[in-house]
Amino acid sequence: MEEIKLIEIKEEILSDNKNLADELRIRLRQEKTFLLNLMSSPGSGKTSLILRTIAALRVRFRIGVLEADIDSIVDSEKVASTGIQAVQLRTGGFCHLDAPMVTRGLEAFDLTMLDLVIIENVGNLVCPAEFDTGAVRNAMILSVPEGDDKPLKYPLMFSICDVLIVNKIDYLGMSDFNMQALKERVTRLNPDITIIEVSCRTGAGIETWAKWLADEVAGFLRG
Amino acid sequence: MHELPVTQSILDVVLRHASANNVTKIHTINLAVGEMSDLEDEWIQRYFDYLSKDTVAQGARLKIERIPVVLRCEACAESFQVDIKQMEDIVCPSCGEKKFALISGREYYIRNMEAE
Repeated sequence: MEEIKLIEIKEEILSDNKNLADELRIRLRQEKTFLLNLMSSPGSGKTSLILRTIAALRVRFRIGVLEADIDSIVDSEKVASTGIQAVQLRTGGFCHLDAPMVTRGLEAFDLTMLDLVIIENVGNLVCPAEFDTGAVRNAMILSVPEGDDKPLKYPLMFSICDVLIVNKIDYLGMSDFNMQALKERVTRLNPDITIIEVSCRTGAGIETWAKWLADEVAGFLRG
Repeated sequence: MHELPVTQSILDVVLRHASANNVTKIHTINLAVGEMSDLEDEWIQRYFDYLSKDTVAQGARLKIERIPVVLRCEACAESFQVDIKQMEDIVCPSCGEKKFALISGREYYIRNMEAE
């Protein structure tokens, strides 16, 4: 029997995905297309926020939407009805998008004709946090009915996002959601995160969100 | 939840190193995974057993070392370990500040393998 030897590996488990994500970011910089990765639980308002964002920014930027869904096209039909190009990426049971899937999905767009592509990731606060999609910025939505304790249950998601959109603030009066406690929990995990309160139903706060995103995109496009 | 693609990545990496080192059988693979990851050890091993059939990694045992979450205080730069299940009321043990940077706990790393 041969001797057992110790072979050093020292590699990141997801290094392939990370490399592809970095490659995609370099390409997007050349194409001058800002990629936003939007994540949240199911039902927290990803599609509603995208529709609000399109309405607020379509005069200023050329927008595309990459919709990930386990096995339906409901969301992409809603987005396409606004006249914005939407590409549906069925993940076939996958719980998240990774850089190869996003790269493939983006092939359906002519990126030279787009300033901003929004990825609607799979509704899930666990898996999408682990996989770099190649996006320039990561955004997440937490809606008021989900509760202010979610940073305690899904710390990784809150720690990797550049911006947290707290949606459905029109429900605040009907719940015991504590905004101050939420903000403290989130900034403890991620001191640099921007937190924006909105209601996609009433439109409250959408202007602040649209301005944050517009400043990010404009800064990126200027290089 | 995403153990399957992660396990596939582990297998891809170790098989690449096995082939470069003329390995005929892998016994143990040593991983370092941060406490913030939701990976379940038992599921990774189960998926690995399934995916590694008929490769030199068949029958290999995955040993997962969990790397604790360590935060560094933004105010006084003190580093300290925290229990991921008790993230509720963390204050800096040295100065009482509540803003921190994450130093470790997000690792996803293959250290080495024992093979022949």
